Order: sequence, then C-alpha cells, then structure tokens
Amino acid sequence: MNPLVLWFHKLGSPPYFYRFAGRWLPWLYALALLTGAVGLYGGLVVAPADYQQGDSFRIMYVHVPCAWMGMFAYAFMAVNGFIGLVWRIKLSETLAMASAPIGAAFTFITLVTGSIWGKPTWGTWWTWDARLTSELVMLFLYFGVIGLYGAIEDTRQAARAAAFLALVGVVNLPIIHYSVLWWNTLHQAQTVNLLGQSKIDSRMLWPLLTLAIATHVYFFASVFARARAMLLELESGKDWVRTLALEAEHA
Amino acid sequence: MPEFLAMHGYAAYVWSSYAIFAVVLLADLLLPILRRRRALAGLRGRLKREAARGKGAPSPSSAATNA
Repeated sequence: MNPLVLWFHKLGSPPYFYRFAGRWLPWLYALALLTGAVGLYGGLVVAPADYQQGDSFRIMYVHVPCAWMGMFAYAFMAVNGFIGLVWRIKLSETLAMASAPIGAAFTFITLVTGSIWGKPTWGTWWTWDARLTSELVMLFLYFGVIGLYGAIEDTRQAARAAAFLALVGVVNLPIIHYSVLWWNTLHQAQTVNLLGQSKIDSRMLWPLLTLAIATHVYFFASVFARARAMLLELESGKDWVRTLALEAEHA
Repeated sequence: MPEFLAMHGYAAYVWSSYAIFAVVLLADLLLPILRRRRALAGLRGRLKREAARGKGAPSPSSAATNA
C-alpha cells in the first residue's frame, strides 16, 4: 500500500490518533498564539483607521475570521460526519462531534461582534436580513447537532444521528456565502478575494489574513484536544486507555 | 496610550468585541483540557476499585460504564 494511504489508515485508530494529536497540540497552540498576537497587533495598532468607519472597523479583525471559521468548522463537521456515516469510522464520528461546539463558539462570536459592529455602523443591533438570519440558522444547526448528540444514550448512535442532521444543514453554507449577492442586505458584500483582487488596503488586509491563519490553527488544536478527551471516554474499557491512565498516575 | 484605548470614540464597541472573542475562546480552550483530566481521573478511580475488589478478575461491567 502507498505509505500515505497506510498512514491515513493508521491515523484512524484511536490510540494512534491520541498520541499523534498529543504530539501536535503544544505546537498548534503555540503557533495559534504567535500568529494571533501578530495579527491582533497589526489589526489594532498598525492598520490605519477606516476613512468612513473610523476605528470601529477594527471589529472586523475578530468578526471576519470567526465568521470564516464558523463555516469552515461546519464543513469540517459535515465531511467527517459523512465519512462516519458511510464507513463507520469511529475517529471521523468523534472529529465531527468535536468540531460542533467549536463552530458554535465561532458562530456565536460572529453574531455578537457583528451586532456590536452594526450599532455604530448601521444604527441597529440586529436586522432580519439574509446574511444575519442565515448565520443565526447556522448557530441553531450547531445547537441541534450538539443537543441531538447529547440526547441519545449510545455515543456512536448519537454521533450518526447528529452527523445526519449536520449533513442536512450543509444546504445553509452556500446560502450564507451568497446571501449578500442573492438578496438586498444591509450586510456588505465580499471584500476579500483569495483568488482575485481584494477591495481592501494591504495594510488592513495582512492582519486579517494572519488572524485567519491563527483561527484555523486554533480550530485544529481545539478539535484535537476535544477528540482526545472524547476518545478516552469512548474507549475507556480498552487496554490502551487503561495503560494510559496508569501511566499518567505514575508520572 | 489613552488615545489608543479610546479608539476615537468607538472604545466601547471595539473593546467589548475583543473581550467576547477572548472570553469565548478561552472557555473553548479550557473545557477540553478539564474534560480529559476528568476522564483520566474517573478511569483511575475505577481501575483502583476494580483492583481492590479482586486481583485481575476482568469485569464485563467495566466496558459499559463509560458515561
């Protein structure tokens, strides 16, 4: 077998993933902290104030990366949920369920900071426009996935039921993305374009992209940390977990 | 520095946004760490009880109590 495929198969085994994630975690946390600090410094100090919005535009540096992460986490959850449903891979089910609370946290930050940004910019905390409403629907989908997963006694059955709900909710992702084009919304259209020209000054753009990297790295750190805890609970009867618990005691 | 903190009149909006970002992500950071510790501690307690009950007798109930 191709070594990459072989490694991928090995990664699917809970004890192997537990060790693999444990080795990467400190580095991921450190990298997220470092890029996050650089990005925040760039966004709060280096970037000039906006000619229209003044300093209130700096809310963008927490709002936009979190909005991207809310959608990224949903896609990650759906892909892993799909793999879990089709091939019954325990690790994929675990990763899907681990990403739900993180995505919910990012979506929550997006909604609240957007509301705080909306007050000085639009004159209102909230409006039922397409972008805001579809984002709120995503938060409720996350709550649905988390709630369904928690409501069913058997953890693996729960993961499959919740993964199915997550897959149905994928329809909301393009709606969020295109909402600013399909409908007349108060929310501004896309400014940052990864493939083409961005409609934003480069001094404002680089902190945003740096924070996007930081939140992506943090997402994987958080998923790994959650998945490790969940695997311990899921496999608590297995030998590798017993050995690990006893090792941890002697250390 | 006071000028930086004032954000030209937008201080309340900007800093509350950053505070929410920090608080929510800090909670997200700590929860899995506590959960893993709790799982390991619970497991150690169970292994100790099993060891006290009888040497090496594998109890079938151990696999089921993974609440």
